[in-house]
Amino acid sequence: QFGAEFRRFSLDRYKPGKFEDFYKLILHIHHIANLEVMIGYADVHGDLLPINNDDNFFKAVSSAHPLLRVFIQRQDEVDYSNFGTNTLSRKKKALVTLRNDNLRRRPHINISMPHDFRPVSSIIDVDILPETHRRVRLYRHGCEKPLGFYIRDGTSVRVTPHGLEKVPGIFISRMVPGGLAESTGLLAVNDEVLEVNGIEVAGKTLDQVTDMMIANSHNLIITVKPANQRNNIIRSSRMSGSSGQSTDSTASHHSLPTPHVLQNFHPDEMESDEEADIVIEGGLEPQHIPKLHSLTSTSLSRINGSSLSHRLQRDLVLNNSSGRESNGNLHKLLSSLKTDPRHSLVIPRGGIEEDGTVITL
Amino acid sequence: MRRFLRPGHDPVRERLKRDLFQFNKTVEHGFPHQPSALGYSPFLRLMAIGTRSGAIKLYGAPGVEFMGLHEENNTVMQIHFIPDQCQLVTLLDDNSLHLWSLKQHGGTSELREEHRFTLKGPPGSPPSATQVTAVLPHSSREVLYLGTESGNIFVVELPSFRVLEDRTITPEAVLQRIPEDNCNRRSCELVEALREHPKNPDQILIGYSRGLIVLWDLQNNKATHHFLGSQQLENLYWQRDGSKFISCHYDGSYSQWPVSSDSRQSEPLENTVPYGPFPCKAISKIYWQTTKNGLPYIIFQGGMPRASYGDRHSISVIHGSQQTAFDFTSRVIDFFIIFSSDPAAEFDDPSALVVLAEEELVVIDLKSAGWPAVHPPYLASLHCSAITCSHHVSNIPLKLWERIISAGSKQNIHYSSMPWPIDGGTNIAPDPPQRDLLLTGHEDGTVRFWDASGVCLHLLYKLSTVRVFLTDADPNDNMNTLGEDEWPPLRKVGTFDPYSDDPRLGIQKIYLCKYSGYLAVAGTAGQVLVMELNDEDAEHVVDHAEADLLQDQEGYRWKGHEKLKTRDGPVRFEAGFQPFVLVQCQPPAVVTSLALHSEWRLVAFGTSHGFGLFDHQQKRLVFVKCTLHPSDQLALEGPLSRVKSLKKSLRQSFRRIRRSRVSSRKRRGGGGNASEVQEANAKFDQDVLQEMELAPVQRKIEARSAEDSFTGFVRTLYFADTFLRDSSRHCPSLWAGTNGGTVYAFCLRVPPAERRMDEPVRAEQAKEIQLMHRAPVVGILVLDGRSTPLPEPLEVAHDLSKSPDMQGSHQLLVVSEEQFKVFTLPKVSSKLKLKLTALEGCRVRKVTVANFGSCKTDDYSENDLAVLTNLGDIQIISLPFLKLQIRYPCIRKEDVSGIASCVFTKYGQGFYLISPSEFERFSLSTKWLVEPRCIVDMPEVTTNNHVHKPGTENAARKS
Repeated sequence: QFGAEFRRFSLDRYKPGKFEDFYKLILHIHHIANLEVMIGYADVHGDLLPINNDDNFFKAVSSAHPLLRVFIQRQDEVDYSNFGTNTLSRKKKALVTLRNDNLRRRPHINISMPHDFRPVSSIIDVDILPETHRRVRLYRHGCEKPLGFYIRDGTSVRVTPHGLEKVPGIFISRMVPGGLAESTGLLAVNDEVLEVNGIEVAGKTLDQVTDMMIANSHNLIITVKPANQRNNIIRSSRMSGSSGQSTDSTASHHSLPTPHVLQNFHPDEMESDEEADIVIEGGLEPQHIPKLHSLTSTSLSRINGSSLSHRLQRDLVLNNSSGRESNGNLHKLLSSLKTDPRHSLVIPRGGIEEDGTVITL
Repeated sequence: MRRFLRPGHDPVRERLKRDLFQFNKTVEHGFPHQPSALGYSPFLRLMAIGTRSGAIKLYGAPGVEFMGLHEENNTVMQIHFIPDQCQLVTLLDDNSLHLWSLKQHGGTSELREEHRFTLKGPPGSPPSATQVTAVLPHSSREVLYLGTESGNIFVVELPSFRVLEDRTITPEAVLQRIPEDNCNRRSCELVEALREHPKNPDQILIGYSRGLIVLWDLQNNKATHHFLGSQQLENLYWQRDGSKFISCHYDGSYSQWPVSSDSRQSEPLENTVPYGPFPCKAISKIYWQTTKNGLPYIIFQGGMPRASYGDRHSISVIHGSQQTAFDFTSRVIDFFIIFSSDPAAEFDDPSALVVLAEEELVVIDLKSAGWPAVHPPYLASLHCSAITCSHHVSNIPLKLWERIISAGSKQNIHYSSMPWPIDGGTNIAPDPPQRDLLLTGHEDGTVRFWDASGVCLHLLYKLSTVRVFLTDADPNDNMNTLGEDEWPPLRKVGTFDPYSDDPRLGIQKIYLCKYSGYLAVAGTAGQVLVMELNDEDAEHVVDHAEADLLQDQEGYRWKGHEKLKTRDGPVRFEAGFQPFVLVQCQPPAVVTSLALHSEWRLVAFGTSHGFGLFDHQQKRLVFVKCTLHPSDQLALEGPLSRVKSLKKSLRQSFRRIRRSRVSSRKRRGGGGNASEVQEANAKFDQDVLQEMELAPVQRKIEARSAEDSFTGFVRTLYFADTFLRDSSRHCPSLWAGTNGGTVYAFCLRVPPAERRMDEPVRAEQAKEIQLMHRAPVVGILVLDGRSTPLPEPLEVAHDLSKSPDMQGSHQLLVVSEEQFKVFTLPKVSSKLKLKLTALEGCRVRKVTVANFGSCKTDDYSENDLAVLTNLGDIQIISLPFLKLQIRYPCIRKEDVSGIASCVFTKYGQGFYLISPSEFERFSLSTKWLVEPRCIVDMPEVTTNNHVHKPGTENAARKS
């Protein structure tokens, strides 16, 4: 399939829609629904550039004149080093000879695509925090990696108007090997926890702080006073060292850790990147409704309720293309691309009741 | 906190909040935990109870209640009212004396501590010299006689507690007048009893522990009579005319002594061992009451034959040939007799025996034949079987109220009709604004209906679900009433019975529809009973259905208890709530949530495995839904296996330690390099020790995952008529929330009334919402177009509520332990939320919608959420905007059972258990406040005795 198949289709130049829809459209047209592919395009200079998000998709569409040449490659065959460096003419050849090239060349480190990167942790608010404190943001995506640390009660010495005073505090007591907290290298045992997501922990009990951290676990921002204060000055160099260590932990995910994003943190920010709850519409028939009950409006496949929810937990990925191969659906998809981008994902009105399981995120 | 203060600090709203919300702990209902002392004032007709935690509580006529708390929190040993005064003295176990008085303040009486005092001996004297053992408030109201362990009797002035040293009665002074031959220094060792002569206030009777009794003349400071008992003395009691007194003894005997003018008499008139001839236990207190017909009432505590009945807690009443030994369910703390208080009356003429036992108060009517018990209007033993759940219903319609009372009165026919004999004080509280019911579920399978409208929590009716089931206990088994000729003539009294025949019978959830009289009750073994109120006795078959909640889940085995066996054939039920449907969940796990819709005739129930809907009109199971997560092993195996596994793992780890030690010892024994092994062993031990010492209390920070156990546990069920599918048609719906943060919504099709029996009820799953934070869902609520919570079923039909707004868009409020979230309906999209845990680290334990009225204007009221957190705080959160209004600390966060037992009313009050036997009532509302307001008037006020010292007044506890 790859290498010798050409399709021609049209897109609305001014309202191209979203990359994800485009991606699906491509998969449909080429009947390669179940493959991970890399989409690229030729820009005005003839360079092959990737299309993997809304921005560069839009750029690609707007810069296309008059045709947008789109290249599709299997994800695992993509030679990332080609992007932006190879001319289009060379690229064509590369497509064919890719495998051999790889064998001949000495293996090089695969630097993953930008979309494969995701932030794991960051130090934030360096500009507004005192030197001795550090505000760390842990990003937790999915359930692959545990947060992995423990906290305990303890006492810390504070300077107060009445002199030195011992006050109860919360400390990090243990790191789980391989956990997210450890892999960042930004937290250490005996660091004192001062704030959780902008709320001071002073006066709160260990259990309260635990509950606060767990409740914020999807986007946990903790301000600590590191036990080892000597690292503060040479902070950045230490960081890079530690991030280098942890690269090997999850090679398959290409999760290069710690892109140290510096940004100001506002408590309200938590709201913005809030996860949404999942709502499943439409009726799964409750299983043992005694006789008489006709399956009227719904014609969905009868999936056991619990297994459905189980499946959902695993793949929250938007993945409702599988059952839809017909031309009608393609039309719907295409038309949806032209409509309001916000609705582009949801099947048009009325479809909800007919199609059953629809997940909105 | 910052978040809440920041948005507009609206002064108008702040003022309104002051008119709406106010936190008060108003009254404690039930029976005091661990009572330790009892006192009674015939003058005030008030009873006082002291507890081991230092509380004193005064009770008079129903509604007349006072409470005080000693700062020291020490056990109250004795309580004595000052004769003819509104004052009482308490003795604590730290040997301190406290003077309390009832004073009128702002139209009501208040109990305040006035003074405290600890008796000090001369320097160097042993503590026993001043250890108070007996207290006698003298009828002159000016002095208090304090008998001590040393045998000295100190005299202190009231109310200043100044010791009048020259009036101290020393053992030496007493012994002067007593011949040396039958007495020595030791016979005056401990003062056991002090009694004032009933006719002559100048004479007091002093009883020493070793048996010597002395009549002391206060005027002349000398002993006029002495009486030498052969047995260790327990107590003394004067006869009314002062011609005789009675003493009771350690060996179970009592003696009558005449007091005549010739002083040297020391032989008792009569010496009896009532339950002899075998050795008996001590008689610790005795009364001798005269009557018109000449036959006295002799009432005493204890004295049972030591070997065969030594374990009984008894009080015996002897009146002529009648003799009964009342057998109490728990230890007797103290008792008193209510008799004619008129000093001019010739006879005592006792009317009632009031007994304070450790777990309940029992009052016996001595006037009526057979000495029946009197039904107490307060001090009910809530814990006669352990409370397992409670449910509050506000504003009961009169009709239902009367029917419940009439059903209850049929259960109470064995009680005396005597009016409550302790009737001091006047209740001036306004009549309760509405009739409220508090239903408590108990471990023994009973549900008790309490009148919770006013200050006195009063039992109206008791419902037992046991009769539906076959239990191991034979109902005839506990009929161990003894025949007429049995000796001693024991008679069981009291209701305290903490022993449950079968823990599966325990009641876990209660739902009462006040309009229809339908009651749903669910229990520990997955049983759900639907009942109907019937005014007559009836015998009928209970329809029985089974709900298999596991459905097709394979390979799971329930290792918990079995389901209850049901009784076949018709069962006889007494008037009251009679079950007509029984649904048993399979596996028979505890029912964790219950909802009843009396209009649709549907009952929904949930366990840790799933939930089901039952049509109790057609008696048909509509559907079941399994909520189990496949990896949730714990829920499947049942509660027992969990305990077992914990035990097992503990045992294993101990074994591992032991094994490693044994093996190293063995190796050592086997020769070789012994010292090295020993060293290693020592090191190992040290390591283990260090590990144990160094391991701090720590908490793991880990996000909840779907794999956590008990995610399928159904926490809440809710019926609503709302827009579930589309915004044009509303339909009945059932909502269920689980421990794993999932909300299921089912569309229901309930046939119209005329075809209700012909067509089946249908259900169809319409929505499933997974909260991303996965916290347990503790409340679901639908708000109508005006953002008002939907009314209860039948509320509109009875014209008690505006019909909900079905035009505007409805909203769904989901309360999880961590967040409050409002969604739009029918398209469930998040509208707004309040994150509680993320901000404060506390979790929601209980939540209810409460209506708050303004204390300033009658026409303003609003609905808010009343929330109790795991820290014991109560928060009020506005609807529909979810703004925190106010927060009050209410329960200590360590008091887990208090937090778990809390129940809110619909009008901003609440109850929680402060001990197994007591509910604390609190109020969040300025408008609905039930608290004791009462006045105790003193019949005659003597002015010279009231020296007010405002500076030293200690405010009694009223928090």
